[in-house]
Amino acid sequence: MATIEQLAIFQITIPLIVAPLVFLLKNGNRAWFLTLVTSVAMMWVASQLLVHVLSVGEFVTQIGGWAAPWGIEYRVDTVNAFVLLIVSGMSSIVLMFARQSVNQEIESNKRSLFYTSWLLCLTGLLGVTITGDAFNVFVFLEISSLSSYVLIAMGRDRRALTSSFQYLVMGTIGATFILIGIGFLFIVTGTLNMADISERLSDTSQTRTVRTAFAFIIVGIGLKLAMFPLHLWLPNAYAYAPSVASAFLAATATKVALYMLLRFIYTVFGFEFSFDLPLSETLVILSSAAILVGSVVAIFQDNLKRLLAYSSVAQIGYMLLGVSLATQAGLSAALLHVFNHAVIKGGLFLVLGCFVFRFGTASLKLLSGKGTQMPWTFAAFIAGGLSLIGVPLTTGFVSKWQLVTAALDIGWWPVALVVLAGSILAIVYVWRAVEVLYFRPVSDDSQIVKEAPLELLLPTWLLIGANIYFGINTELSIGVADVAAHWLMTGTR
Amino acid sequence: MDILSHYNYWVAIFLMMTGFYVVIASGNLVKKLIGLNVFQASVFILYISAGVVDKGVPPILKEGASILYSNPLPHVLILTAIVVGVGTTALGLALAIRIKEAYGSVEEDDIHAQEED
Repeated sequence: MATIEQLAIFQITIPLIVAPLVFLLKNGNRAWFLTLVTSVAMMWVASQLLVHVLSVGEFVTQIGGWAAPWGIEYRVDTVNAFVLLIVSGMSSIVLMFARQSVNQEIESNKRSLFYTSWLLCLTGLLGVTITGDAFNVFVFLEISSLSSYVLIAMGRDRRALTSSFQYLVMGTIGATFILIGIGFLFIVTGTLNMADISERLSDTSQTRTVRTAFAFIIVGIGLKLAMFPLHLWLPNAYAYAPSVASAFLAATATKVALYMLLRFIYTVFGFEFSFDLPLSETLVILSSAAILVGSVVAIFQDNLKRLLAYSSVAQIGYMLLGVSLATQAGLSAALLHVFNHAVIKGGLFLVLGCFVFRFGTASLKLLSGKGTQMPWTFAAFIAGGLSLIGVPLTTGFVSKWQLVTAALDIGWWPVALVVLAGSILAIVYVWRAVEVLYFRPVSDDSQIVKEAPLELLLPTWLLIGANIYFGINTELSIGVADVAAHWLMTGTR
Repeated sequence: MDILSHYNYWVAIFLMMTGFYVVIASGNLVKKLIGLNVFQASVFILYISAGVVDKGVPPILKEGASILYSNPLPHVLILTAIVVGVGTTALGLALAIRIKEAYGSVEEDDIHAQEED
């Protein structure tokens, strides 16, 4: 039986080793199966890690037995074990959906390459989350980014290529900014280990170099996170990527970026240093703008995938709003929304995957009146949409409730108004989609389709069902988010 | 002279701004990638500069009592970053080729004009 420290290393090594094997398989279905098995195994490992840190406490794995700060260490605590589970779990569920969707959307000779990129992306995302070394973060970030550019570029529409290129340019600038920031930290402290940096920074933190490092890192992560107004790459990337890639990236990539932001703000720079700077004011303005602008723009989208992508920009705003409150309750709300939004958006993008599977399009104009032909898929869309709005008994409601309570606790009532306005705008864009899909006359009668196959419906409803389950039974999600937030604020359990 | 003694940092800043400007201002996708490369190269210089120790020698182990070495760690880090940069450039160029096949152009204006239709 492997020890828990060894399990932590498996999170990275196994997907990294399996990725080239998947490429060698050539056959799309076999490649899919191996990828799915690997991803589910990683989910199991992540759940073991989470159970361990919740019951025993955080632990450190030194790679190759090299002691930190010389060697690289993986540091697992409640926060990143939680994110690891979200990432590997979402990857597994979306992969269950992937086989038929990929078989339809991607040419047969490219399928094993698609799954190879998927695993590399998973490796990168898990690596960013688990590592305790600042430079290692950059390396894993680039692994995940490069492979996600490939995933996006595999979309059928030729615009997938241009949006992937745009993402590549903006993503590389973001990653290079992070690299500059880490460089400044290294210049000041002479170390790259996060825990070590934070220890040494406490003496020297009030220098211009450290503030510059902070600014570069925040802006760099902001680009990766699609923090308003650095979100320009996101709508196109999500809209033209293959359906499953949109679902995977929407549910995981931005969440990992948010985790990175929290890790740098709280663990590396420290709460006092970070919030002495005007971080709170900046974040509250940008995130409020993200919520309002993202939601308004979403109303005017014809392509449903673009609509959800703009709604993602707004939802990232909610997470950052929680962070900007600079209280433990706010942080807990942000972490909770990381999980809830992964479930909501993953589910909704899978619904669109079902529509695309049958109709070959996600354009509202072409789908007009056709919701009735796929009742189960359409019902899933409505359930997911209600959660996006934040109707009680859904996860969206729980997130917003926690966020508003946290804001009112410190008397920030305008924030509550912004959340409310965001929800009203969400009603508008969700209702508009429902109205067109259900009530409008069918644009052409020629195309009569069947309900999506069970293989697609099951994972979709698994996520939509999770939406409702975690909207009613919040013990698990809020419980873990609270413990994680407490850990970030105080460094103790 | 303080400014001249830090000339390496000035070079880094100059390259950084040049690269950044090319990425933003140029409409040609390949030129954008070149700008991105210049931008990244400036960061490499920044790191290497940070590793220099006054009167230090290149960090190659020699017999002898007390030799002052430059810090080799930034060199190793930048080797990794260079590899990442090569990967990014390769992928970017591959995408540019595919875009050229799909749109018949690598000029942003032409591509936008075609997407409008």
